[in-house]
Formats: sequence, C-alpha cells, structure tokens
Amino acid sequence: MVLCYVDNVLNKSLTDENFPFFSIYFRIQTRMKNSYDIIVIGAGHAGIEATVSSARMGMKVGLITMDLNAIGRLSCNPAIGGTAKGHLVKEIDALGGVMGILADRSGIQFKMLNRSKGPAIWSPRCQSDKEVYLKEATKLILSYENIELIQDMVKKLIVDDTNGDGVNKPKYIIKGVKTESGIYITCKSVIITTGTFLNAVMHTGRNQTLGGRIGEKSATGLSECLMKLGFKTGRLKTGTPPRLDINTIDFNKTVPAPGDEVLLPFSFRTKTGFPFLQQVDCHLTYTNHKTHEELRKGFSDSPMFSGRIKGTGPRYCPSIEDKVNRFSDKPRHQIFLEPETLNGNTIYMNGFSTSLPLEVQETAARTIPGLENVRIVKQGYAVEYDFFPTWQVNATMETKLIEHLYTAGQINGTSGYEEAAAQGLIAGINSVLKLKNQPPFILKRSEAYIGVLIDDLINKTPEEPYRMFTSNAEYRLVLRQDNADIRLMKYGNSLGLIEDEYIKILDGKLDLIKAGLDFAKANTLSPRQVNTYLNEIGSSDISSGEFISNLVRRNSVSLKEILHLADFTGQEKLREHLLSDENTLSQIEIELKYDGYIKRMHEQIKNFERNESINIPPDFNYDKIQSLSAEGREKLNSIRPTTLGQAMRISGVRTTDVSALMIFMRG
Amino acid sequence: MKKNLYDTIAAIATPAGEGGISVIRVSGGNAFASLGEIFYKDKGRKLSFNAEAVLSHTIHFGYIFDGGNLLDEVLVSVFKNPNSYTGEDIIEISCHGGQYLTQRILSALLKSGVRLAEAGEFTKRAFLNGRIDLSQAEAVADLIKAKTEKAQFSSIRQLEGSLSDFVKQTRKELINLTSLVELELDFADEGLEFTDKSEMLKKFQLLKDKLEQVIDSYIAGKVIREGVKLVIAGKPNSGKSSLFNELLKSNRAIVSEIEGTTRDYIEESLIIKGFLFSLTDTAGLRFAEDIIESEGIKRSMDKIYEADVVLYLIDSTKPKGTILDEINQVKSIVKPEKLLIVLSKSDLANSDGQLNELKISIKDSNTIEALKLKMVEIVSNEITVGKSSEITLTNLRHKICLENVVASLSKAIESLKNNMSGEFISIDLRNAMDYLGEITGEVTNNEILSNIFGKFCIGK
Repeated sequence: MVLCYVDNVLNKSLTDENFPFFSIYFRIQTRMKNSYDIIVIGAGHAGIEATVSSARMGMKVGLITMDLNAIGRLSCNPAIGGTAKGHLVKEIDALGGVMGILADRSGIQFKMLNRSKGPAIWSPRCQSDKEVYLKEATKLILSYENIELIQDMVKKLIVDDTNGDGVNKPKYIIKGVKTESGIYITCKSVIITTGTFLNAVMHTGRNQTLGGRIGEKSATGLSECLMKLGFKTGRLKTGTPPRLDINTIDFNKTVPAPGDEVLLPFSFRTKTGFPFLQQVDCHLTYTNHKTHEELRKGFSDSPMFSGRIKGTGPRYCPSIEDKVNRFSDKPRHQIFLEPETLNGNTIYMNGFSTSLPLEVQETAARTIPGLENVRIVKQGYAVEYDFFPTWQVNATMETKLIEHLYTAGQINGTSGYEEAAAQGLIAGINSVLKLKNQPPFILKRSEAYIGVLIDDLINKTPEEPYRMFTSNAEYRLVLRQDNADIRLMKYGNSLGLIEDEYIKILDGKLDLIKAGLDFAKANTLSPRQVNTYLNEIGSSDISSGEFISNLVRRNSVSLKEILHLADFTGQEKLREHLLSDENTLSQIEIELKYDGYIKRMHEQIKNFERNESINIPPDFNYDKIQSLSAEGREKLNSIRPTTLGQAMRISGVRTTDVSALMIFMRG
Repeated sequence: MKKNLYDTIAAIATPAGEGGISVIRVSGGNAFASLGEIFYKDKGRKLSFNAEAVLSHTIHFGYIFDGGNLLDEVLVSVFKNPNSYTGEDIIEISCHGGQYLTQRILSALLKSGVRLAEAGEFTKRAFLNGRIDLSQAEAVADLIKAKTEKAQFSSIRQLEGSLSDFVKQTRKELINLTSLVELELDFADEGLEFTDKSEMLKKFQLLKDKLEQVIDSYIAGKVIREGVKLVIAGKPNSGKSSLFNELLKSNRAIVSEIEGTTRDYIEESLIIKGFLFSLTDTAGLRFAEDIIESEGIKRSMDKIYEADVVLYLIDSTKPKGTILDEINQVKSIVKPEKLLIVLSKSDLANSDGQLNELKISIKDSNTIEALKLKMVEIVSNEITVGKSSEITLTNLRHKICLENVVASLSKAIESLKNNMSGEFISIDLRNAMDYLGEITGEVTNNEILSNIFGKFCIGK
C-alpha cells in the first residue's frame, strides 16, 4: 500500500550527511498502518507539539503533512520568541513541549528583549537557522517509535452521528480521515493544524497563486468538508517580506545588531553544549522618503488597496505599504536584516512585509542604505487563508461540533509560531487525556500566558489574527518568563511530559528561593558594611542597620551586590549557592523589590478567581433568562461558559447580562 | 417556594395610609392576563378587557372584582414591553385610596398568578433589562427619598445618566492612559515614538484633579440630600430661641419635629428656597475661665463643631467693645467659612454701632428675610448643581468608589515618578478601572447588587 509520495523524501535539500532521511524511507515502507490513536494534520509548529506530546503520553500518532521536507518550517521570520512570545516558549518548555529545545539547538543569536523595562516584560528571542530548525524538528519526530509520518493531503473527515445538538453535546464523533490519494485512515482523535494552507491564495501585485507558502500548494477540500459539517469559517490575511541575496548587501552601510553577551537558553532542560551554533549579528537599516515614493508607485497594483484581498490582516504587523500609507508623516521605518541560515545566502528583510509587485519591491528596496544593489531571491507576498473562529472550540481546543476533533494554530485565527505551538501542545495533551478518560488540562489566566491565549481565543470575537501581547495578561507580574518552570513544570511532570530529574532541580531551586528570602528578611547590614556601595550607585546613606529586604527595595540596589557585603557566618553554603545561581537570585530580587506590587496583583488574582469558582451548569438554559440582550444570549448559547468569570469576558455579553445571570443563578 | 426572577410581580406603589387614590403596579409576562381575570369594562362582568389589544401608554376605565364581588371602579394604565419602566409588560391600577381597599385589590391580583414584589424588585428588573444602569438605579432610590426640590433635581440628573456619562468618559481616559503605558511595553522594539514621562505625568495629574473635584462635590451633594446643619449659638439671652422660633414660624406646615436626646438642644428642619436646613438651638455659651463649665455647654460646643454653618448671635445692645471682644472669641473657635455672625435686637441697638455684621430684629420681618437670604447664600457657595454642568455626588458608595480610583491613580503616579516600568503603573490603572466600573455596575459583585437593591421600598 502506497500512502505517500516517497520521492519527495529524497529531495536534495535534505541530503545532509547527518540527516536520517533513510529512516523515513524505511519506516514509510515497512511500518505504515492505517489506524492510529491520534492523527495530526499538518507538521508546523502546532502539529509538532501536538504530535510529540500525544506520542510521549503513550499514543500511537500519525502525522500527515503535504511535504515531508517542511516539518517545522519557519515560514516567515527566522526567529523564535520576542515580546510575550518568548513567555509562551518558556511555558511550552516548562510543560514539556519541544519548541524551546528546537530554538536552543538552532539559535544563531540570543537576546533578552526589553531589558530596560521591568522583569515581567523581559522576553527571550533568538534568531534561528531555519534549516537547522527544520532538521532538528524532523529528527525529533523520527526519534519516537510511536509516531509515523505520512505525506498526503487530507480531503475529508469521517464522522459518525451522535444525535447531539452541537452545542451542549457534539453532533458528531470523529472516526477517521480520507486523503487525496484515496486512503481511509481510522483513528480515535484528529488534531487539525493546517496553518495558512486551507484554501490559501498568495498575492504579489496583481498576481494570484494558489498556495500556502511560496512553492507549496494550497490544501483544498478539508475546509469545504468542515463547512459542510456545520463549521463557520472566516478569511484572514498575513504577509511576509522579500528574502535578499546576502552577497548583494553592503553591510558597512548598516548598523550591526548583535545578540547578548551572556546567552540564556529557552529551555529549562538545555544544559550542556549551549550555544550549539556559531553566533552572528543582525543588521539595522532604515527606509527613507525615496523608498516611500517608490512604494507609492505600486499602490495601484496593490492587492490590499485594490480590495482583491478580502481577509483581515493584523494591525500590529502591517505591510510596508500600509505603514507608508497610514503613517505618511513618518520619515523612515526600521528594517532589520536577519540571516535565515548560518551558512546560507538569504537575508530576511524584517519590517518590509509586502504584496506589491516584485519590480516595485526591488526598486524600493534599492533606495535603502546597504541595499543599493540588492537582489531579491524570493519575493514578499501576502497570503489569504480560511480560519475557523474559535467560539467553535472549548478550552481544551476540542471542537464543540465534533467530538475528538481538535484545531490548533493559525487555523484558529492566531498568528505566530509560538501561539500555534502553545495551542498544539494543549490540543495534544487534552486529546490524550480525553481518550484516557482523565479530566482536561486547562490553564487559568492567572497561571500562564497559554491560559490567557486560549481563554481569549474562546471568548473574544477575533477581528484580526490574534497575537500574544504582555498586556493581554492581566497578571503578568507573576507570569514571568523566568518563573515559568515554577508555575508549570509540575503540571508537565504529572502529565508525563517532564522527567522527574527536572522536578528535583526545581525543588532545589524553590528551597533556595525560600532560604534566600528568609535570609534577606532576617538579616541587616550596618552603615559601615553598605554605605560605600550605596554611595557608589548614588543611593542615600543609611544611619543605622537596615534589613537586606528593605535595601533591595531601593531602585538601583542589586541583591547580588548586597549579598556580597552581607555576613553569612555559619551559612557559607547558602552564600555559595545563592551567588552562583543567577536565575534564582533574580527571582528573589524580584520578590523583594516589587513586593508591594506583587501583593496588589495577588489581590487582583484573588478577585478574579472568585468569579472563576462560580460554575455555570453545563446544561444551563439561557433562554430562561428573558432579560438577556439578544447578542449576549446568542454568545452565551454558542460559547457556553463554564464559569461566571468566563461569561464576563465574552465579547458581546453585557454587564447587565452578567448581572442577570448572577441573580438568576442565585435564585 | 423559590421565587423566580421572572414571575409577574405586584405591589402597592403609593405610600401606606389614607389618600385620594392609591396605585397598584403589576409587572411581568402575566400582567395583562392576570388583569383580565379581575378587571371588566362593566359592572355586570360581561365586557372583559384584553390589555394586549389596546395601545401601550393608554388609560382605561372599568371595575375590579374579587371573585363575584365588585371591589372598586378604577383607571388602568397599560405599558407594553419594552417601553415600560421595567422593560416588561406593566399595568398600573389607580383605585380609590385607603388601606383596606387597596389590599383587597392586591390580594385579588395575587390569586390570579401574580406574586408580591420584593423591596426594589421593579427597579431591579429595570436594571436587569438594561433600562437603567446601577447608578441610575440608585438615583431612583434617592429620588423617592428626596426631601427637597434641589435633592430631586440632583437625583433626576443622575437618573438621566450624568454620573454614568462621567464614568464612561473617565473610563475612556483611563483606557487612554493605559494604552500609552502599554504601547511602550509591547512595542518597545518597533522603533515607535513614545509619550515622554513629563507629558504622561501631566495627563495622569489632570485626570486625578478632575476626579478629586467630583469627590469634593460630595459635600455639596450631602447638603442637597441631607440638608445643612445650622447651629444657632450665642451667649444666654442673645435671642437664640426667639430667632429659632421666628425662623420656624412661617414654615411649620412642612417641618417635622425631632427632639434632641437631652433638653440641652432642639433640632428642627425647614426649607428655605429649596434648601433643607436642619436647625439646632443650643444652650447659651459662657466664655468663662473654665471654657466648658457644664455638660450643657459641652454639648453646645459639640454641636458647633459638627455644624456646617454656625449662626452666632450677639446682643447688639451691648457696648461695642464687648461685642468686638466676643466676635474675636468666636472667631478663635469657629472656622471663618462656616461662621455667620449676626447682631440681634437691632431695634434696641445703640446708635454708635458701626459694625459690619448682619443685624436683625425679630420685630422686623425684612431683617429676618435678609438673614434667610444670607443663609442660602452661604450654602449656595458650596453647591453648583443647576448652575454648571459638573456632576454632584450624592451617594456615599459612589464617593468611596471614586476615592479608590483616585488612590489607585495616585499609586500609578507615584510609580511613574519613581521611573518604574510600565507594567507596574498598569497594575494600579487596572485597579482604578475596576473601582470606576463598580459605580455603574460594569464591575459587579453580589454584595454591591444586593446592597443597592435592598434599599428600595416596595413598589419601586
């Protein structure tokens, strides 16, 4: 039985000596069966997390992709993390996901963003070698005996009727999938992670091509099948900038943008060998009025301005033509030149996302310092694709309409690798828990960015692709990237995704934090011990002994410096441990420095959790409350919040609706 | 029996006791049907009445029966949902006044599938049906309790939504400030220009000042609602009691007498030009070596400290030097802005009195009128209602919420001044927004709701 196009596996782009393509070949030939516990459709960032997590939780998983050479491809920018997204990666990692590990293995520049802001906003980011990322992802998938790769396109879902209404009870139950090559594969669960590929159309100038990524085809059939089953779809748009030939750039006319000096890995589990690859610089340059003039010349051909693109694009990541058009008073826009690979020839032109005609892209780019003779090797383009508004899924990412069917990633109207991976992980975990008859795994807004992400997705009406921002997380002061392990690793462990050895390390860290906090609150420094230091940093003298905890509260005082001055007689071991562990030290410092704010935040969390603990019965009949607004009733009926707190967050549900609900439930 | 939120409810809407007419109000999905069971167009119960079939906001004459017994001839007003006070179908039966009859009609209704309304339930429904917001609901309560025209005016303004508008506007401003702060956090690496700190600080301060002004209006609001505490003080025989009685004389009909717990002072209320004054006559003061020489004088002093206005009487027949000494003594005890010094017995005064103080004689009604005007003037200075578009806080709960908003805002300002990063500033801005939302019920919890709805009398 031929289930895939094996010839693609032999594609020359993967004939790197280390790359085990023979094992794929081998496995496809001999071990492919047409029945799985879980089928994952799409091998992007959501698909990888869904596949690996469910496999590690003991399931037999079939991963179906249209292109075996594109597992974990970084379709847009060659970078992982960034503001708020870095938090997601850390959380995925703490729960036992793989994105952090893949980023560490492929990173060619690591940087902690927003160091000038408070610790809650610090976000790790890395430039990744996209070839290495892809190979590491493929290797990882292949390392699991219970994952099988299938190259094919899913055309149809096979479902059984359940006589449910699709709201309180699913209407259908998943049975399997049917592929383009006509194969019927049975399974207990399906996770759809098709990214931008459903009915995808790419635009450059007046040209339209079917396809989700340049050179790759569009996935057709699945969308129609889902719509026929009763799903509602919408159309979104995203874009990508041109890729440039590195040899045609004069980097002397640009400003180097190096990474950090001290490199921190994403993964709490990355220990030895980091960094794995040579570290490189990015380069910064700017557009100018000439660039903008050239771009304007192409506006008449713009698929955005002419209305050929119907889908809504993100406001936070506008195309260069959008920026020039909407902010015409801005004389320049920044352009980061980012290497796509360590040894390759292409540069990603960050900040220059566009769907203008190729000639316009090139002429405009050539007005930019350093790019005077640049050659575009791959044009920028916009892609329009189908998405499924997420009021149709539960917090487990399972669809309300079809039992055991999950959707994750861009198909859910999100943007970004990290957002996709987070959903993939949650979908993978929950699909397994459900098959094992175990309670679902749902993170609260007060626990994790992932909780915020999914809660927003299922309650808010999307108006543009959803991207994670720190401001979406009300409780971000306690949801920091540095404490993701403390927040989530034990969950990962109980799910079977984090090994016990890491929990041991975590417990050691928790003990040390406690010991450090106790020490700071119980010990004082005398004026003689500390005043010299205080003078150095321009802080005022103390006249009598002062507790370490109070000293650290001063703006510029560093805990590490203070501990160097403190008397640890009898506790030399503690001193040694504290001063050798930067991460732990920083946790203690944050706890002490921002004590008042953190207390206020915990107050807010308590208030929040009060409403989260008021459950709404799953079969609650909203039609009994006559006074609900029409929109509120409709939203409550379709989203079916599980708690009063959730009901309050649903867009379209008014305050009076919530009050009515509250009073009604109280009787 | 568990009460359902959407039962049809009824209550007597007019005050208990004898009266020309009484009104019984019925609201809910069964209002029209239950009316149909007891209301007929004729005495022979042949012409039944179907409220569904008539226009909303119409009045109909007919007869109310309890079983076969004719109870009364009445007028029935019909209001159809959603254009009614509660947003539901409402009928109002205007019957002849009198406890017994009204109760009979009510119990006839209760037999026809209607239950008795709880305190505040009509207004609660109006709120739940989105007819009014929380602050408007409270205004209804205030309106019912309003003792004076001014208080009524202020409540009506609130009912019309002026406080809600203010809250909405403030919320918008808070959201704007938060956005400024957040922008810098989430888009730090996008090469944008950010509002500089001093500019930001100015905006924060501006909003805080504005809110503090509104909080200050509570004093005025309190005056409107609870009246001005005016204490008449002075030495024995300065004419306090005569003035007290004179002031009350023409207003007897509309004041109610509340006696003090001791005989040391008497309190009365009167309304002058729409303002409610609560008048206290105190025992005479003696500024002896021991300032407080008796329990009675101690009480008088306490009253003076509690007062919004102290009307201090001095006998103008005394020598000028004595008068001036006394004026100085009083000024050392009472704050100038709440002190009104009045010279009494002006008809008997020495002709050398070139004093600027207001002079009165109870024998000259013109001087009494002048005094009343002066009293109103002092109060008016504190009150802006009706003169400006500024809102006036009359409700303690609103004031506390706004104070919490200001406290949070102050913390945010503090953080900003200390160069704290935006996420710290944002914590307190979020708190401010939550407190603000509590006023109109945008942020809501059971306690606030039950507290508010518990305050209403049955029928509203």
